[in-house]
Amino acid sequence: MTTTTINAPGPVSRVRNAARANWLFISLGAIALVSLVRIVTDTNDLTSPGTIRAAIIATCPILMAGLGGLWAERAGVVNIGLEGQMILGTWGAAYFTYHSGSPWIGVLGAALLGMVGGLLHAVATVTFGVDHIVSGVAVNLIGAGVTTYLAEATFTDLEGGGPRQLIGLKAPTDVTIPGVSDAALNLADKHWFFISDVASFVAAMTTRISLLSLAIFALVLLSGLLLWRTTFGLRLRSCGENPQAAETLGVNVYRYKYVAVLVSGALAGIGGGFLALVASSGFSTNQTNGRGYIGLAAMIFGNWRPGGLLAGALTFGYTDSLRLRDTHAVHSLLLLVAVALLVLVVVRLVRRQVAGAIAMAVPGVALLVWFLATDSVPRDFTSMTPYVTTLFVLALGTQRLRMPAADGKPYRKGSAG
Amino acid sequence: MRTFNLKAIGLSLVAPAIAIVVSLLVTTLVIAAVGSSPSDFWSTMFEVPKPRSRIDIINQTGMIYIAAVAAAIGFRMGLFNIGLEGQYTLASYAAAAFAGGAYLSGFANVAVTLLIAIAVGAAWSGIAGVLRTTRGVSEVISTIMLNSIAITLVGYLLNRYGVHEGNTVRTTKIDLVTGFSPYEDRDGQIWTLTIIAVLVGVGFWLLLNKTRFGFDLRASGQSDSVAKASGVNPTRMIITAMALSGGIAGLIWMPALFGKASSFGLGTSFQAGLGFLGIAVALLGRNRPLGMLFGAVLFAFLSVKSNDLTFATDVSPSIVQITQGVAVLAVVIAYEVVRRWRAQLEQRAVGQDLVTATEAPA
Amino acid sequence: MTQESVAVELRGIGKRFPGVIANHDVDLTIRVGTVHALIGENGAGKSTLMKILYGVQKPDDGTITINGHAVVLKTPTDAIENGVGMVFQHFMLADNLTVLENMVLGAEKLHGIGDAARTEIARISDRFGFGLEPDVLVEKLGVADRQRLEIAKVLYRGARIIILDEPTAVLVPQEVDALFANLRELKDAGNSILFISHKLDEVLDISDDITVMRRGTTVGTADPRTTTKLQLAELMVGSELPSPETEESTVTDTVQLTLDDVSLADEFGRNLLTSISLQIRRGEVLGIAGVEGNGQAELVETIMGMRIPDTGRILLGTEDVTNWHTRELREAGIGYIPEDRHRHGLLLDAPLWENRILGHQTQAPNAKGPWINRSGARKDTDRIMAEYDVRAPGIDTPARALSGGNQQKLIVGREMSGDPVLLIASHPTRGVDVGAQSAIWDHIKRARRAGLAVLLISADLDELIGLSDTIQVILRGRLVGSFEPATVTPQDLGSAMTGGAAA
Repeated sequence: MTTTTINAPGPVSRVRNAARANWLFISLGAIALVSLVRIVTDTNDLTSPGTIRAAIIATCPILMAGLGGLWAERAGVVNIGLEGQMILGTWGAAYFTYHSGSPWIGVLGAALLGMVGGLLHAVATVTFGVDHIVSGVAVNLIGAGVTTYLAEATFTDLEGGGPRQLIGLKAPTDVTIPGVSDAALNLADKHWFFISDVASFVAAMTTRISLLSLAIFALVLLSGLLLWRTTFGLRLRSCGENPQAAETLGVNVYRYKYVAVLVSGALAGIGGGFLALVASSGFSTNQTNGRGYIGLAAMIFGNWRPGGLLAGALTFGYTDSLRLRDTHAVHSLLLLVAVALLVLVVVRLVRRQVAGAIAMAVPGVALLVWFLATDSVPRDFTSMTPYVTTLFVLALGTQRLRMPAADGKPYRKGSAG
Repeated sequence: MRTFNLKAIGLSLVAPAIAIVVSLLVTTLVIAAVGSSPSDFWSTMFEVPKPRSRIDIINQTGMIYIAAVAAAIGFRMGLFNIGLEGQYTLASYAAAAFAGGAYLSGFANVAVTLLIAIAVGAAWSGIAGVLRTTRGVSEVISTIMLNSIAITLVGYLLNRYGVHEGNTVRTTKIDLVTGFSPYEDRDGQIWTLTIIAVLVGVGFWLLLNKTRFGFDLRASGQSDSVAKASGVNPTRMIITAMALSGGIAGLIWMPALFGKASSFGLGTSFQAGLGFLGIAVALLGRNRPLGMLFGAVLFAFLSVKSNDLTFATDVSPSIVQITQGVAVLAVVIAYEVVRRWRAQLEQRAVGQDLVTATEAPA
Repeated sequence: MTQESVAVELRGIGKRFPGVIANHDVDLTIRVGTVHALIGENGAGKSTLMKILYGVQKPDDGTITINGHAVVLKTPTDAIENGVGMVFQHFMLADNLTVLENMVLGAEKLHGIGDAARTEIARISDRFGFGLEPDVLVEKLGVADRQRLEIAKVLYRGARIIILDEPTAVLVPQEVDALFANLRELKDAGNSILFISHKLDEVLDISDDITVMRRGTTVGTADPRTTTKLQLAELMVGSELPSPETEESTVTDTVQLTLDDVSLADEFGRNLLTSISLQIRRGEVLGIAGVEGNGQAELVETIMGMRIPDTGRILLGTEDVTNWHTRELREAGIGYIPEDRHRHGLLLDAPLWENRILGHQTQAPNAKGPWINRSGARKDTDRIMAEYDVRAPGIDTPARALSGGNQQKLIVGREMSGDPVLLIASHPTRGVDVGAQSAIWDHIKRARRAGLAVLLISADLDELIGLSDTIQVILRGRLVGSFEPATVTPQDLGSAMTGGAAA
């Protein structure tokens, strides 16, 4: 055994910088790839400002659900009750917006209702040690039931309301940054390689974007800082990694788990609120339609990290929005995924991971053949994308995925030592 | 010995009793909170069901019970098959499409259709089993993903190959199997294939309590390490149990298909949501054949009777979803509390024995 | 010695658990600035004592005095506040957090979680030569680095009294040397160290004082400068060994189990078992002695088909069973008394008659084809309960309700049923009362006379010497010595088990 003593702070910052450079490189590569496919297939809608705008709207609820999942799982509680908490949020947002006249009060109401769902889950899993999955299933049942019932009981007689909906809600303000927006729209219209695609993105982020969307992106950043840069975050994460160790060091594990699950519910609730207030023209029953689960998938795809979650949510949101736009664009998506997979095959081959390369080459080639052999793709297939992707990532990347070590394991006080 | 058993039975009934009281209480509070009358609600719900409702309750009980058994097979060995919903949707579609094709006639058509439903359900859940054993993917996540994939896939297949009628699309209609009418014709029939629920229930009981496989299954559920040391092969066990669970799930909607629906249409004739109800009932009934029967009757009763609410009260029928959800959460918490209480009692009993026992080396 | 020079004084400590008296009348005095070794066999009560000193468990009797003040330690936090820190044998580290994060967790108030903490870690690391890199994930660290991190964690919290629970158990010799260098530095800086071990060489090498525990109490102290290893071994295992009963040998010529050059490695490629070769004949009991964690569990699991060896062959009779699965081996007539009956031997919530079936699901009288033979199993459970004196209300009682001794008698009865050809008995009388112990011994002896081959693994030397025809010693996954029970001395066994002298 020889101990390597490196006292300089060098290696770490180097590692971090390398990771950052990697991310930048991957992002640039992804944009270039999309741009290339757009030009080859002559599908400008693939990255038009309109598409990106729709993608951002589709991303936000997934992102909130995923962020909720991140908070809970980082503290060691698996929360598949996200769907139920999100549904509760849709009702909360509609109810409080209608009666207060302010969408922001509505967002708080959504958070509150989501938090109630989180509280149920926390009581069951943390205090009583019920299996996390079982409790999550129950929370989903309750969330759906409560929302359906409350909607019928409270929205039926309202203006714009009905037993299953409430429309005409005041939405959070849209903002446009005057100079930047116009310039970017202009550039995007030129359909240049790479530049126009980036411009589209800038345009979408600066033109009639909901303040709530911006707030949601801010929440992701804030969560990242809170969880990874503060004492509070360190203690919370320690509960998800090794609660026994945390306990021997004087951390009140129960308290942190409670906080995490409550925040988790609140975030999912806000995601539901976004659906009612921004993504559509109002509340409707069962509006979430499985987005809580997609959020969970995005979080796993993102390896339980905020950056990865953002990438996952954007990917899923993008495919989701494309489905609603242009069938031609969906067809181009085939080529995009095929090329992306084949690029990964090359990367793996370079790293001499032959098995992994083959595992990716098969679907890659299949998609390419599909693209070449057909003119259009049924829209249904794009809505499967998040789920199929997640299954693939889980099946092929289990070694690279790193969930919190004590995630989902019941914990009782006094089990240390 | 006898007192011990009585105590055990008493303890095992405490949890469901608490759960039902809590869920009724919460329901009452929710109704009162939105300004409706709880007493109207309760008097309507607890009215003796009309003949038509009785038949509906029996038919619904059958399907919910099959779903509960499907869930319980997984749960009994510690596997969470959250994917019943997808398994039975896909299986129901495949079965309805095959039956509609009328390749066979009469009894043969029904029998082969059922086999197809089982095979498709088993294959779909088997994916999760294989992913778990070969790649270590948690079956919870994979079955959730497979749920959504299945439902989308069915939507696509139906659109592509189904019969379009105005805004709706369905599979080709089939001949119904005549059921059993205990009352007048207008009250409807008890579906013939509800017999599947009986068979599945008896089969589950037999499998669990009378066969080696069932013993291995229960042993795996109680302790992985003990089961492995006793010679159980975990890989084979997981895949078999998962496929079995999915296969039973494939049968969930079959009574309705041949009893009343005659074709598969998403959002129309097909009754979605039975998978999640089944999971709830399995939890409520502690995965025991009789417990689940009780749970299935309760849930079916609540669902069917809630339709009367629309005419008699201003309470929406969806209130029973809250009752059902709260009952499940309350029962799992109550079981956990009772379990801890029991463990304490046992420890105390052992502690007392010790005072008189010989000193053992540490 | 003066009062000021005493860091910790324990007087009359006692602790009882259901079924076990873990500690009684324990006295221990640790001087300031010394390494104090606490030695004893597994189960001698060392772990309980440490947990009492670290506030994890509360003593039923006795007093704890730290630096001259009587204290009551209810939680680890109390212990930390009194300057006591502990390094658990199973490290309390979060793999997915960095060194820095693990270090500051719970002690963020001291130096924050940023640069001040980094500086403090660098100070401790440099002072004692720990070589810690704050931003590396703990999962990337080797065992020795993790241990240094654990020690640093304790120092970071200002502990002056450090408990180390079998710190060398997980280290290779060079790492042990490095650890000892660290410990000497800590001592020179005025810290007091309680060092728990059963490796006598190491104890003599590092400690200033030695306290020996046996059967839950402290049985003596020793001065490492004047004590020999043999004396220590005798103190540890007790001087009186039973003379083996002069039973006639029943060993036959028919070989029942053969292990031929069997090796097994863990997922990281570390050897768990190295070139194990042994033979057991019909009517022979082969005893395996060794300090726990030296490969006994892996040896048993390999023979039972729960692990497949990387190299070598296993023969049952003349048949090659190396790659057989557990169930096939059990069907071929191997009985198995597992070391941990709760993890491997019983379904605690299932009734006794179902536990009778466990492990023999496919065999008569428990099964008929694919069906469970309920009445057969129930009847046979009655038989076992009568023959093996299992005291329980009835065969429908859940196993959990039985005392440890009765649970074990049920397992022994079950595994002896159906005429096994080979019995793997792992600590067959651990945690059972004296009556059950002698009953179980009698059953094993009787089966041996009837021609059963037995592999006996035990930490109890009385048991090994009383039952075995041959005793082999296992150390770090190798068989290192063979002894005749009739002539062996505790010193021989003690030194072979602890790697003292080659036998």
